[in-house]
Amino acid sequence: MRKAINKKDKNSKTVSINNLSHYYGINENKKKVLNNVNFFIEKGELVLLKGPSGCGKTTLLTLIGALRTCQSGDLMVLNNQLNGASRKTRQKLRRNIGMIFQGHNLLRCLTAEQNVQMGADLITNLTYLQRREVARKWLSAVGLEGHHKKLPNGLSGGQKQRVAIARALSANPKLLLADEPTSALDSVTGREIVSLLRKLAKEQDCSVLMVTHDPRISDMADRILNMEDGKIFNALSELR
Amino acid sequence: MNFSFIKFRKIPLAWLLLTRQPLRLIVAIAGISFAGILMFMQLGFRDGLFDTSVTIHKLLDADLVLISPRSKSSISMSGFPKRRLIQTLALEDVEKTAPVNLTYLLWRNPENLKTRSILTLGFNPSDSLLLDDGFSRKADKLKNPGRVLFDKLSRPEFGPIEDWFLSEKKVETEVAGKRVLVEGLVELGPSFGADGNLITSRETYLRLFPANPKGSIEIGLVKLRSGSNPILVSEILKKSLPNDVRVLTKNQFIEFEKNYWKNSTAIGFIFSLGALMGFVVGCVVVYQILYSDVTDHLPEYATLLAMGYRLKSLFYVVAREGFLLALFGYLPAYFSGQILYSIVRNSTKLPIVMDANKTVLIFILILVMCMGSAGIAMRKLVDADPAEIF
Ligand SMILES: Nc1ncnc2c1ncn2[C@@H]1O[C@H](COP(=O)(O)OP(=O)(O)OP(=O)(O)O)[C@@H](O)[C@H]1O
Ligand SMILES: [Mg+2]
Repeated sequence: MRKAINKKDKNSKTVSINNLSHYYGINENKKKVLNNVNFFIEKGELVLLKGPSGCGKTTLLTLIGALRTCQSGDLMVLNNQLNGASRKTRQKLRRNIGMIFQGHNLLRCLTAEQNVQMGADLITNLTYLQRREVARKWLSAVGLEGHHKKLPNGLSGGQKQRVAIARALSANPKLLLADEPTSALDSVTGREIVSLLRKLAKEQDCSVLMVTHDPRISDMADRILNMEDGKIFNALSELR
Repeated sequence: MNFSFIKFRKIPLAWLLLTRQPLRLIVAIAGISFAGILMFMQLGFRDGLFDTSVTIHKLLDADLVLISPRSKSSISMSGFPKRRLIQTLALEDVEKTAPVNLTYLLWRNPENLKTRSILTLGFNPSDSLLLDDGFSRKADKLKNPGRVLFDKLSRPEFGPIEDWFLSEKKVETEVAGKRVLVEGLVELGPSFGADGNLITSRETYLRLFPANPKGSIEIGLVKLRSGSNPILVSEILKKSLPNDVRVLTKNQFIEFEKNYWKNSTAIGFIFSLGALMGFVVGCVVVYQILYSDVTDHLPEYATLLAMGYRLKSLFYVVAREGFLLALFGYLPAYFSGQILYSIVRNSTKLPIVMDANKTVLIFILILVMCMGSAGIAMRKLVDADPAEIF
């Protein structure tokens, strides 16, 4: 399997990172958080990122998600070089990246369906009704058929996270970034959510990079990256 | 057309942000409406004052008006020689003239016998004074001495004249200490300068006010032949008449009176200041509401940015919230304004009306208030950092 992956051309890589470093603060307070990170994510792959608290996982995720300016090194995401990319480029690129957060971050004033449609609304070539159809389809896909008129307040934690997954996937992203999506859930629900995410992402051929501390979901990954002190150790190692 | 509408239709985020917090929305609407009502009332009083000060001016049947250069307004009219009015007849364009005397005299309320000053006009009953159709018939009755026409819109402090008159009761009272008989009613309306109006013949006028210098009048009405240009004729008259008289067109005469109230008194300033206060109060309310809306939802706005929405579209959401607040706030202000105007009209007889000017002006002010506040609240959106929400 690994051989097959390596044979593919460079363009097939969703993310490819070379010598990426990142610093916080200025002058004497300057602190290196990412130290020469090198790795890649293939199309359709589900990669887990693990490491102790404070090692820089979230920082790496926000860089890949084009939410932060890249300071040094090569950062290719969906064939866009993010080192030196303009605000506009980053904003446009974000439309192709789905994000799932630790908190669900749903819009409190919107129903489940409307929240999902906020994602679908980014697909500009569809009409309103088509976009609503897309939203409904994704809500069903995450198993929330009967709940589309509910506000986030009326949903359980797991249901909210499902809505967040539906929202992230409804814009047809090529890459999904998730930062500890299961930390607020019990382990059974957590596993359920990840396997659902995995299934849906595979169907869409969407790559997933997920930060997690949860050892019970390791078996679902194609690959696991271990991070410590801003460095990735087994970047090329294959797991399991 | 229809298709593109459907294509650009989005989730009405601004509407939902506002309406899903009904209590805050109600507070916002109440604040904006209050500001709007305040502005409606202040500007209403201001315009009402300026309008009432010219109700009689507007009704005068004249194209040109002669006054003394020393006259400042209807409450401080000086006399000029009546001869000047007769001299205008030398011009081909002048069809007829009418001399009018004007002063304030003391009217005795026939019910409680208290006196109050009333604006009194004296004219020749055979001349045409007012544009009102039925007026000449009433004017005929003034040919007998001691007869007056009473303005039924005068303030009630002058007595229940209309009721008594209509109930066939003979209404007799004193003006300037001399007996007069109310021979009819007219409809003019009080102004800030005059609480009531009285019309009588020049003959009776001179009897009531014997101190009036002989041959002196306060207002000269000049009626031109149809087809004459009042401005042109007024220019000719200005050149030919000595400078002890001032020639105005009817519109200039109306402006002359309004300008007095606008410039020589603080009334315009006070009411405009009152309206400004309403505006400021409204700004503060809207700003508070929109600012707390943005701060409360900052992580959600940041999430939208992370999803790939542009900062511009978030600005747009706040702007639409401002616009919706303007609409929601304006409508109750408008309707309350209508009700309050009619209450004021009934109790003070001031002609405060909801004219197109105020309707539009106050909508624009409320819109500026809401959009301006939205613009300031938007600056907080820049703090929405999508990198911070993971
Ligand atoms: N905005 C910031 N400014 C300065 N330092 C920061 C900032 N964000 C994170 N850091 C620091 O950078 C380091 C890496 O933070 P990061 O959030 O990437 O860690 P993490 O691996 O996600 O940790 P956790 O597992 O606890 O979420 C930490 O030491 C943190 O204190
Ligand atoms: Mg983290």
